[in-house]
Amino acid sequence: MSETFDLIPVLPELFLVLAAMALLMAGVFRKDEGFGSTTSLAIMAMVAAAVLVWAVGGDERQTTFGGMFVMDSFAVFAKLMVLVGSALTAAMSVSFLEREKLGRFEYPILILFATVGMMMMISANDFIALYLGLELQSLSLYVLAAYNRDSVRATEAGLKYFVLGSLASGMLLYGVSLVYGFSGSTSFEVLPRIFGGDHPAAPHLGFIAGLVFIIAGLAFKISAVPFHMWTPDVYEGAPTPVTSFFAVAPKIAALVLFTRVMVGPFGDLVDQWRQVITFIAILSMFVGAFAAIVQTNIKRLMAYSSIGHVGFVLVGLAAGTADGVQGVLVYLAIYLFMNVGTFAVILCMRSKGRMVEGIDDLAGLSRTHPLMALTMAALMFSMAGIPPLAGFWGKFYVFKAAVDAGLFTLAIIGVLTSVVSAFYYLRIIKIMYFDEAIEPFERVSGRAMGMVMALSTAVVLLFTFLPGPLLTSAKAAASVLFPQ
Amino acid sequence: MIAALIFYMFAGLAVASGVMVIASRNPVHSVLFLILTFFNAAGLFLLLGAEFLAMVLVVVYVGAVAVLFLFVVMMLDINFVKLKEGVLQYLPTGAVIGLILLVELAVMFGGWTFAPDVEALVMAPAPTADQVSNTDALGRLLYTTYAYLFQASGVILLVAMIGTIMLTLRRRPGVRKQKIADQIARTGKDSVEIRKVPSGGGI
Repeated sequence: MSETFDLIPVLPELFLVLAAMALLMAGVFRKDEGFGSTTSLAIMAMVAAAVLVWAVGGDERQTTFGGMFVMDSFAVFAKLMVLVGSALTAAMSVSFLEREKLGRFEYPILILFATVGMMMMISANDFIALYLGLELQSLSLYVLAAYNRDSVRATEAGLKYFVLGSLASGMLLYGVSLVYGFSGSTSFEVLPRIFGGDHPAAPHLGFIAGLVFIIAGLAFKISAVPFHMWTPDVYEGAPTPVTSFFAVAPKIAALVLFTRVMVGPFGDLVDQWRQVITFIAILSMFVGAFAAIVQTNIKRLMAYSSIGHVGFVLVGLAAGTADGVQGVLVYLAIYLFMNVGTFAVILCMRSKGRMVEGIDDLAGLSRTHPLMALTMAALMFSMAGIPPLAGFWGKFYVFKAAVDAGLFTLAIIGVLTSVVSAFYYLRIIKIMYFDEAIEPFERVSGRAMGMVMALSTAVVLLFTFLPGPLLTSAKAAASVLFPQ
Repeated sequence: MIAALIFYMFAGLAVASGVMVIASRNPVHSVLFLILTFFNAAGLFLLLGAEFLAMVLVVVYVGAVAVLFLFVVMMLDINFVKLKEGVLQYLPTGAVIGLILLVELAVMFGGWTFAPDVEALVMAPAPTADQVSNTDALGRLLYTTYAYLFQASGVILLVAMIGTIMLTLRRRPGVRKQKIADQIARTGKDSVEIRKVPSGGGI
């Protein structure tokens, strides 16, 4: 009756949960707010967890908890991205939140719990495990969105995110229940056995409906059109450090999860889901390109930009091949550094003692803060996909995978929308370099900001010359999902 | 036969009281109808032989959730009539959408088939009642096979608690709180002062 589980594969998650609980207790019993020290400890815990992920994950695929949790090189790659993203955004938020007098010790703890949720999502090998990881992550994010509880905008953002997120979770669960009703199992290992092999079964209509519901639920979590409506409002309303966190780690985790679900359990049904993914990819790229043009608030702009990026990533997924998944992973890794760097600049936008968010406030940045302007320019060129910067290569690999899979229309639409989106990225550069400064920003950049900016610029600039490590590890990670 | 009759009684009552939850004007009545719905659902569970779930439904939903609802309805000054104002306006659209969804579901479930060899794929086949009671069966699954999911749910609830406290707890200065230890530790000497009042004079 008694079953024993191998706990080695879950060691990083276990460590992070325990660290979060220990920090929670420490925070509760301290007299002061203890925001700075708790955040530093949380970042250290994330670094330690990254080392553990590295140590635990070998080339071999390990499962535990009766096959509900899987640790393979795909999971290792994604978890390292998520941990780096969470740690960098947490480090960037310290000085901002302290200045705005928003520093409270729950902030890093919620980030830790959200990160654990993301790692559980990435390693999920069962729909129920997937759902619980997703909920752990989402619940922490809802609270973080409303973190600045005295601001009406933040509260509205949190509430909106919560209500719509619950709806999406409901859709996901409904889809899972239909799939379960057909197959009698929620495990990712069982479905390929039904639809693959020598005698593939024909999927029932109700099963397809379940698949579509699951896609809809997951599309909400990655904010793909037509489930994107919450994104601009939440990005704008939440405090900027929280927005920067939202834009990076959860998005990467959800996209990785999306990829695993589509390619893993539903891998043999690629003809069924490819059209849905293609459709939401095209819509996301369009909305990301055209709706962003009219924005005046830089956080809203970043929201639409991230919707567009999700569209490009989905192009790689729509290909449904190992090359496509490799493209997805490379794109996400580059996206991580581009976004972290851009948000570091946005977090430094302060004048007259308060945070400014207008795009026009960047005017004349090249004269007042030349280094910051240079960083921003490099990142914007990269986001627009101008060679030889990293962003170009991200797009190159997903489009190439799509072309190889015969999806020419999708690739052409992708290239066209990326030209349109170049307009608003380049407009930011034009404002920084050619417009007259209205009000110079205060000098607020701390050491963490400077380091993040330098790191992201370095990645964006040097990827062309040193693409090897990222490409090979992404290739190895992607090949796990396609057993020969 | 009798089981079928009882089923229709519970099911019919559940649907009827469910309708009353949204139809009744007085929010307190709504909550009471909600409790009736829960009881009927518990009855349905009993018919299925899931006595543990039936009891849990009564204990958790009726005992805790519904009472909490009542508490909130009575404590908060919400104008429910005003909240419901737009209902009639949206009713036709909602009804049409609901009807379409119903037809779609009917089409979908109409020809439901299972995967071939579904018996071999079922994750945790339910043991028959003569082997173990269903409390026992649930417990075995929850604490052994699904221990990971059980622990994960625990962490989710912890996050919910942190979130609630973080978003609502405010430390206001100058609020007088009870300090039981101090109150009990007070003696007559701390609080009572005996003065001699001379006749004809004040203190």
